[in-house]
Amino acid sequence: MHSFEPGVAGGGELSEDIVIEVKNLTFRYPFTKEPALKNINLKIKRGEFVGILGPCGAGKTTLCLTFNGIIPNMIQGFMKGVVRVMGIDTRTTPTRELAKYIGMVFDNPEYQLSQMTVEEEVALGLGNLGVPRNEMLRRVKEALRIVGLEGLENRSPFELSGGQQQRLAIAAALAMRPSILVLDEPTSNLDPIGKQEVYYTVLKLNREENMTIIMADHEVEYMAACADRIIVMNKGEIILEGTPHEVFKCVDTLRSIGLRVPQVTELAHELRKRYNKWDDKYPILTEEAVEAVVKRLKV
Amino acid sequence: MSKEVLIRCENLWHIYPGGVVALRDINLEIYDGDIVAIIGQNGSGKTTLVKHFNGLLKPTKGKVTVMGIDTRKAAVYELARYVGYVFQNPVHQLFARTVEEELAFGPKNLGLSEDEIKRRVEEALEFFNLKEYRNVSPLSLPFPYKKLVAVASIYAMRPRVFVLDEPTTGQDHVGLRMIEDMILKLKEEGYTIVTVTHDMRLVVETAERVIVMSDGRVLADRSPREVFSDYKLMSLTNLRPPQISEFTQKLSKKVRLKGVPETALNIDEVLEPLAQYL
Repeated sequence: MHSFEPGVAGGGELSEDIVIEVKNLTFRYPFTKEPALKNINLKIKRGEFVGILGPCGAGKTTLCLTFNGIIPNMIQGFMKGVVRVMGIDTRTTPTRELAKYIGMVFDNPEYQLSQMTVEEEVALGLGNLGVPRNEMLRRVKEALRIVGLEGLENRSPFELSGGQQQRLAIAAALAMRPSILVLDEPTSNLDPIGKQEVYYTVLKLNREENMTIIMADHEVEYMAACADRIIVMNKGEIILEGTPHEVFKCVDTLRSIGLRVPQVTELAHELRKRYNKWDDKYPILTEEAVEAVVKRLKV
Repeated sequence: MSKEVLIRCENLWHIYPGGVVALRDINLEIYDGDIVAIIGQNGSGKTTLVKHFNGLLKPTKGKVTVMGIDTRKAAVYELARYVGYVFQNPVHQLFARTVEEELAFGPKNLGLSEDEIKRRVEEALEFFNLKEYRNVSPLSLPFPYKKLVAVASIYAMRPRVFVLDEPTTGQDHVGLRMIEDMILKLKEEGYTIVTVTHDMRLVVETAERVIVMSDGRVLADRSPREVFSDYKLMSLTNLRPPQISEFTQKLSKKVRLKGVPETALNIDEVLEPLAQYL
């Protein structure tokens, strides 16, 4: 049914389930005192949807940039520790090589778009990889179908809506057949429909194509619904990690670094704290909260 | 007694060169002290509409008056005295070497005296808690502070109306909180505020009146609760109320709990009434 095949895994010294391994990673930008990342340890499994939360300046973007080797190969600084993607050490591998495994999508779609047509935009990376023309056309078509932009092949990327532009950026990444997609605040500049489109597209890739997703974003209600695991960063460190239920339960910790939790979680937390009327099982989704309340009603 | 009308749109149409119809026959008034949120998807005409409020855009057909002045007969700088416009991206607005100079720019253009300019700059620094950054380049500040400086530079001109175009875009949760607080503080001082936004939490935290736009038209002009409890309107415009509103809506379909609002706007409205049933 799905003709979309993720890239073939290289290396192989890791257990095949782990696609990214970060070990004791510290990174400091030139001319700064404080490291942007401090002793990060992280393993990401194939097919996982990992959400990264954290305030501005927490190190989310820096961490994302280490996954495809932009750090330390293009943005240099002081780096300690190891990042392995598909078992390959990013320090000794050119970014274009890593691009076969990792697709990147950034917050402002306009910065990533450069071509005259939607089709050319998706084909751009493939041309750079030297993919033959027939194969290129096939992949462009497939990628546009997956993100739901078929029919717009000849439009200018700049005539698209924000959500469409971001889906185009995803398509351009997909055409390279990565097995991992890294998205850095992809919905920050989008309207409500655009946010929904991006989450829908990414979730579909994750569930149907088993693509590994790593996504930094501020939309906690969407994260609660989509992520298998959430990592919370603050001041260059991972301070919390677990399933959305485990992480959002730590309302006070999250609040202390200025993060919100889903409103229904906050409701349960306040019911417990102020009225002693809730246990330690906090809902994170709307439907779940309705059921939980109905179950707990005194008759 | 009716409130003073600050901005009035009469049969306002805007058609961009090339023929795109951005606004279709808009009729509305912004009253003194209004706290209005304008919501709708991108392309629905929100920004085009508010750009008519200070004359940045002029009507293709129809009429817009600001404090009774026809915007077609006034220059943008004259209208800036009454309506201050804060762009979505503060970087597009900030240019001065220091925060202090940034804040002095507007009052200078208004032709105020040196003393008055100084006083206004000090008041703006104080109001927005920016004193420690007075000699810093505004572009070197963290993103939420850039936004504060952009709003403060408008504040220094003492307009009657603040137009804030998507003030929370790109902000993290800390930034969101800062902007909410800032709007509430301006509201307390009696300013009229028009916010264009996608952030429904910001709408319920700050607005008293919500204008819903779609395809260049005003589809609704009501209170936040009325707008968010209108399922048809929400699905027609692809907008979603905050999670707490959806939660109480779904809950009320399963069980009627007296005192729990059918469309809650915030958690505090739900806590006490719900606690007694648990």
